[in-house]
Amino acid sequence: MDALLTGFELALTPENLLYAVVGVLLGTAVGVLPGIGPAMTVALLLPVTYNVSPSAALIMFAGIYYGGMYGGSTTSILLNTPGESSSVITALEGNKMAKAGRAAQALATAAIGSFVAGTISTVLLVALAPTVADWVVVLGAPSYFALMVLALIAVTSVLGSSKLRGFISLALGLTIGLVGTATGQARLTFGNPLLADGIDIVVVAVAIFAVGEALWVAAHLRRRPLEIIPVGRPWMDRADWRRSWKPWLRGTAYGFPFGALPAGGAEMPTFLSYITERRLAGKHKAEFGKGAIEGVAGPEAANNASAAGTLVPLLAIGLPTTATAAVILAAMQGYGLQPGPQLFEAEPELVWTLLASLFVANTLLLVINLPMAPLWAKLLRIPRPYLYAGILFFAVLGAYSVNFQWFDVALLGLFGALGFAMRRFGLPVLPLIVGVILGPRLEEQLGQALQLSQGDVSALWGEPVAVVVYALIAVLLLGPLVLRLIPGRQGPERLEDRVDELEEEVRR
Amino acid sequence: MSAAGTRPAPDGPAPDGPAADGSANRAAPGPDRAQYGLAAFLALVGVLTLVDSAGLRPGFADQVVQPSAFGYVIGAALVLLAVLLAVATARGDRAEGEAGEDVDLTQRTDWRTLAGLAGVLVATVALLDRLGWAIVGALLFAGAATVLGNRHWVRNLLIGAVLSVASWYGFYVGLGIPIPAGVLDGIL
Repeated sequence: MDALLTGFELALTPENLLYAVVGVLLGTAVGVLPGIGPAMTVALLLPVTYNVSPSAALIMFAGIYYGGMYGGSTTSILLNTPGESSSVITALEGNKMAKAGRAAQALATAAIGSFVAGTISTVLLVALAPTVADWVVVLGAPSYFALMVLALIAVTSVLGSSKLRGFISLALGLTIGLVGTATGQARLTFGNPLLADGIDIVVVAVAIFAVGEALWVAAHLRRRPLEIIPVGRPWMDRADWRRSWKPWLRGTAYGFPFGALPAGGAEMPTFLSYITERRLAGKHKAEFGKGAIEGVAGPEAANNASAAGTLVPLLAIGLPTTATAAVILAAMQGYGLQPGPQLFEAEPELVWTLLASLFVANTLLLVINLPMAPLWAKLLRIPRPYLYAGILFFAVLGAYSVNFQWFDVALLGLFGALGFAMRRFGLPVLPLIVGVILGPRLEEQLGQALQLSQGDVSALWGEPVAVVVYALIAVLLLGPLVLRLIPGRQGPERLEDRVDELEEEVRR
Repeated sequence: MSAAGTRPAPDGPAPDGPAADGSANRAAPGPDRAQYGLAAFLALVGVLTLVDSAGLRPGFADQVVQPSAFGYVIGAALVLLAVLLAVATARGDRAEGEAGEDVDLTQRTDWRTLAGLAGVLVATVALLDRLGWAIVGALLFAGAATVLGNRHWVRNLLIGAVLSVASWYGFYVGLGIPIPAGVLDGIL
């Protein structure tokens, strides 16, 4: 508790507060803007970490993360073409509300719900993360190795539609992680000394997120203008409040645990929240499909709660489960910080300042953004040539600033082409990024584990936690297969098929 | 990300063709031939990784995990995945392009715009060391905006120049990092 109060003192210093405001504003802006997300923004801002203190940079990144979730709801309510999977569900009811002239109420319940969910989840994060860290600190290299394998398998096979494509993406990421001389010998450098230090994660992340996206959009740019619903200042009346508060709390209860599990992501909890609210809606049930406020309040809360939840494995174990968390992890590694239990012992001030600043960011989001909603909505009208030219401009600047060498910009172009191909072939981006970041650490942990046991491979399952984790991995990989073999069952339904069904049903 | 995979914009005029039925667009005829190209690429990267690993010397005495070990595993995995992808493609598997706010998947791929952007990026790489960021950055922005369909190239150049000079000073003053000035050395 004392630690948290100290954290608040530090988070409220003018400098850190300024970074929080900048992060929150940037995050909301990129959440609203099509084509850019929080992961890309943090990746583009990685160069600032060269000369800004770690706590200030992390505060800003956390603000971007929370703000991005916030801004995404504005787009899905006013525009009805959700760009991120986590806001697909919000668009179902949110856009219907907006069309019925209730955009202000939809935005308000999304914003206030996000605040409620974010605050509760951050409390849970503060309570949980140190406990998990204490528990994790006694684990040895074999358990870490197992946990990293679990994280890789989970982001690859649980999310997304096709496991084959997930594993292709993961293998490509691990290959990129091989490049360099980390093991004492040059691997995949093709004799080029510029590759000896490996490929900088800034270049890979910016290329895959920013350049790949810009090229992909350029190839399919929507030529007819989008229909944007005008909106005034968000507000809710008493009836809206009465209908919203329970969905907020239930959404939080779904979102946080899903975010905190290594198989995180916001798709599942937002979906579960939506069907729960529809079932419990009582006399308002008929409104579902025509703009029920419960259907916005619940999923939006779930969405934000899961974002906070993903910070538990990130801070306490050092495992990223979303793209943004992965890039934040890269930033921490850039500072020489090792996320995980050591972080709580070595840098308590940094950790608690970051946690306190999450509360600050959450409050700022509510205070700044409720009155500014009409202004954010204007961002949706930015001319697309300028938007994507700007993304390319900052992408090149970000890659160039790594070493000030044209070579990095050339790599940016190559990986940008890969990013384009990934979008064309439906390869998910997250496994690749997580593979690049975790691959080298995986090798390191394996080396440590086997060194202690002098090459005895059985040491890998010599710790009880490792055994449990391997069992989990087996369930993740084999579970769907086994279910399919049980007679009379059609095999597990894919989440997105169910979302599609739901959409059909609701839109009819 | 991919949950939004197949969904056409729900309110848009229904485009014709089987892709518009809202479900996965597997009804489209013929295999997705381009996926064989992706499989070939994966196999190539996998074989390169295997060859590279085979060329490594044995590790130091205290290195229990050989430097080549991960390369062998990942390279073999890539080759295996390439085969699986080729088989899946032959059996009718089709890729679902990623959806987005500004993405209209009912349109064909606009190769002219793509080629233009690729040209702008190649020019950026070629000129960056010679002319410096302040000039190349401005050309990059103006070139990209023009290729993307904004024909006011004078205004594009002006905006690009403001952005690149501002970012140069932003790095210099704000972060204390001088970006090499190129031909403008001494002027900036």
